[in-house]
Amino acid sequence: MKPPVHPLAKRPQARSQWTVWLPLTVVIITLLLAPSLGMSSFVQSLIIEILTFSILALSLDILLGYTGLVSFGHAAFFAVSGYATAILASRWTPELLVTVPISIACAAALALPLGWLSIRLSGFYFLMITFAFAQMIYTAAFRWKWLGGSDGIIVPTPQLLGHPVLQSREAFYYTALGVFGIACVLLYGVIRSQFGRTLLGIRENTRRMRALGYNVRRYKLGAFVIAATFGGVAGILNAQFNLFVAPDSAHWSLSALVLVMVLIGGSGYPLGPIIGAFIVISLQHWLSSYTEYWGLVLGILFIVLITGAREGIAGITAALWGARRMS
Amino acid sequence: MSEVLRVEKVSMAFGNFYALRKVDLVVNAGERRAIIGPNGAGKSTLFNTIAGQHRPTEGRIYLAGKEMTGFRPDQMWSHGLARTFQRNQLFLGLTVWENVDLACAARRQGLFGFRSGSAAGDSEIACLLANVHLGERASVAVRNLAYGEQRQLELALALAGSPSILLLDEPTAGMSPAETESMVALMSDLPREITLLIVEHDMDVVFSLADSITVLHLGEVLAFGTPTEIQDNKQVREVYMGTQGRR
Amino acid sequence: MAEFLTIQTLNSLVYSMLLFLLALGLSLTFGLLRVVNLAHGAFFLLGAYVGLSTWRYTHSFVAAALVAPAITVVIGALLEKLWLMRFYLRAELDQVILTFGFALVFADIMKMLWGKDIHGAPAPPAFSDAVQVGNFAFPSYRLVLIGVGVTLFTATWLAIERTRIGALIRASVADRVMVAGLGFNVHFLFTAIFAFGTGLAGVAGWLAAPITGIYPGLDFEVLITTLIVVVVGGLGNITGAFWASLLIGASETYGKALLPEFASFVIFGVMAAVLLFRSWGRDEEEVE
Repeated sequence: MKPPVHPLAKRPQARSQWTVWLPLTVVIITLLLAPSLGMSSFVQSLIIEILTFSILALSLDILLGYTGLVSFGHAAFFAVSGYATAILASRWTPELLVTVPISIACAAALALPLGWLSIRLSGFYFLMITFAFAQMIYTAAFRWKWLGGSDGIIVPTPQLLGHPVLQSREAFYYTALGVFGIACVLLYGVIRSQFGRTLLGIRENTRRMRALGYNVRRYKLGAFVIAATFGGVAGILNAQFNLFVAPDSAHWSLSALVLVMVLIGGSGYPLGPIIGAFIVISLQHWLSSYTEYWGLVLGILFIVLITGAREGIAGITAALWGARRMS
Repeated sequence: MSEVLRVEKVSMAFGNFYALRKVDLVVNAGERRAIIGPNGAGKSTLFNTIAGQHRPTEGRIYLAGKEMTGFRPDQMWSHGLARTFQRNQLFLGLTVWENVDLACAARRQGLFGFRSGSAAGDSEIACLLANVHLGERASVAVRNLAYGEQRQLELALALAGSPSILLLDEPTAGMSPAETESMVALMSDLPREITLLIVEHDMDVVFSLADSITVLHLGEVLAFGTPTEIQDNKQVREVYMGTQGRR
Repeated sequence: MAEFLTIQTLNSLVYSMLLFLLALGLSLTFGLLRVVNLAHGAFFLLGAYVGLSTWRYTHSFVAAALVAPAITVVIGALLEKLWLMRFYLRAELDQVILTFGFALVFADIMKMLWGKDIHGAPAPPAFSDAVQVGNFAFPSYRLVLIGVGVTLFTATWLAIERTRIGALIRASVADRVMVAGLGFNVHFLFTAIFAFGTGLAGVAGWLAAPITGIYPGLDFEVLITTLIVVVVGGLGNITGAFWASLLIGASETYGKALLPEFASFVIFGVMAAVLLFRSWGRDEEEVE
């Protein structure tokens, strides 16, 4: 093939990254300043929860929105890292420099065998097997005494270099914000990288990717482990904030909750999961004072979304602006 | 002349149904071989088996002398074999550029694709697009392309890996006469370093491109020879009774 | 020892037959409509509640056993006609999410209508006694259920494999568009099949009620086990569903009796093992 000098020898401009980073930076800066401007501690707690679940939802979207794998067991990694933190902190040391890396490593390590087995299936079967693995973890957490059983485990106050830290809600608030910022940078880095583009290809046409020479399973496993790792980060935040872990963190209802967050915000859109986490958590808190029928609301959300708004809020916004999905 | 592909007594069974029976095929470097046969003859199955999508029930496959029986499609690819699909397998939601980008990036995978240099990639992609006459359409989403253009893109994806042997599965299927003509021109222009194996129904295309023809019928090799020999072959004519083509 | 084995085997057979009643509907719905109805458990529970209310009003087990499926058939048909049928061309997982949404909605509606308490249901008077099996007594109602399950399997298998309707169903599974082109009203067939599935679930709910009790959450418990059965048996495979019901029924019954701490692990493990065995050496898209 003789290479002519072609006028189009330049990559066509991808959608500007500023549509993602600008709103995100604005939000983060606002959140940084908010406490000094008189944000109530209730709202602070709410934000912390939203930030935690944003990370969890973003991590699920790596699988769902970018690789095209619908997992119904993502809570497993959320729970495993939380429990690792609880067990390490209560039975060995609450030193963060110990508990955090090991907890993350636990989530990632679990993802290797689970992922290796799960990616051999697709579609509904993938859903079922991820669900099955999460249920097994839930059952173990519920029944085994050394995992605390149905009572859960209390997490002692964390320490950094021997000194107790994160003892005020505000301190935790800033920490969560920092972790969120770093997670966003890393996850968006993954999405924008060649690896992320490969995942998109796998989502769009797996058979073609294989024929093009990609070792598809290796990439799927990579996505699975990355998703699990960041899910684990969310789990650590959750465990340290509530100072408590319970089997419910592995229940399928949590997996369903994260799934609806991703769908409502828009899967495959960088800001989608964050929007979704914000909406769902706020809705949950707001409604809990009016009704106990959260299941009804959740169900209606699923139905409405999948019937009329498959692309979620981010998708609708992007359509209005004439932009396309992740480019 | 060296052998690029050898298919030795390959059979492919799906349950009790034998789609291929003891098929023998040898293709030499630079050759342009057409595989023809009536519907159900097993042409696509043969392609799929060679490309690694199915493991043959019996028999062996050799690429450039090395045995590759049962290798996966991505392994076949890394040994120089590329293919197009009968029904386009494209990334519909992405643009033309992004499609070819993915195809080119396959070679620069590294551990997880982290060893990528965009600069070298960009001109390579542009070149590929120009060669299949899709240079002007780089930013168009694939689902908005005309069918013929999609077929051209399909070809570009296969060429991206600089294959030594290219399997083209009914490249002109569903095309208008004008589109067919440009596709044939594209294929003729392909350098002789690339060996071509083409499944085709359109006899005009076959006769203008092929150096030699293998005829399949009911999963077996019915005949093999130059276009003239095949044209004169009585058995082939019987099997094709009623099909259009040169008489 | 022999007694223990006999009791457990009988119990597992009862459980298996209940599972089969559910798995049959779910598997048929998938085989024909290519839809996994995650609301199947909700129809089961709905049947139980409707049966309970009917029984409270009429004091007739049989009346309840007729009204329960009647209601679930109607609601199932409505669900299919008004909503689900628009989803046939959508991605398989979209349908899963849709039916899951309905499962959540139904669960809360049932909570609103019938409350959160656990209810018991009586066995039919004709079978409320026990039968002597060896040295102990086994509830005769449970034996009846075993009979019901086997009869249903045989009847359904015969219907699908040997009748014209069955051939039609099998043909529709293979090629929907072709069958429609031949002039059959495929839409009606789909609604009928879906409603048949939900009807089965409804009657199973009432039949199972004397053994399982009726309470919120039962719908999802039952759904999970049914899904495992259907996956193990192969989606759309009726005979597979029967054998899988036996396998999973036995695994869970014996699992609970012998290894209570690991009971759930057993059936999930069985499913995972079956799935992985089936997918070995094949590309994931081709696993059926």
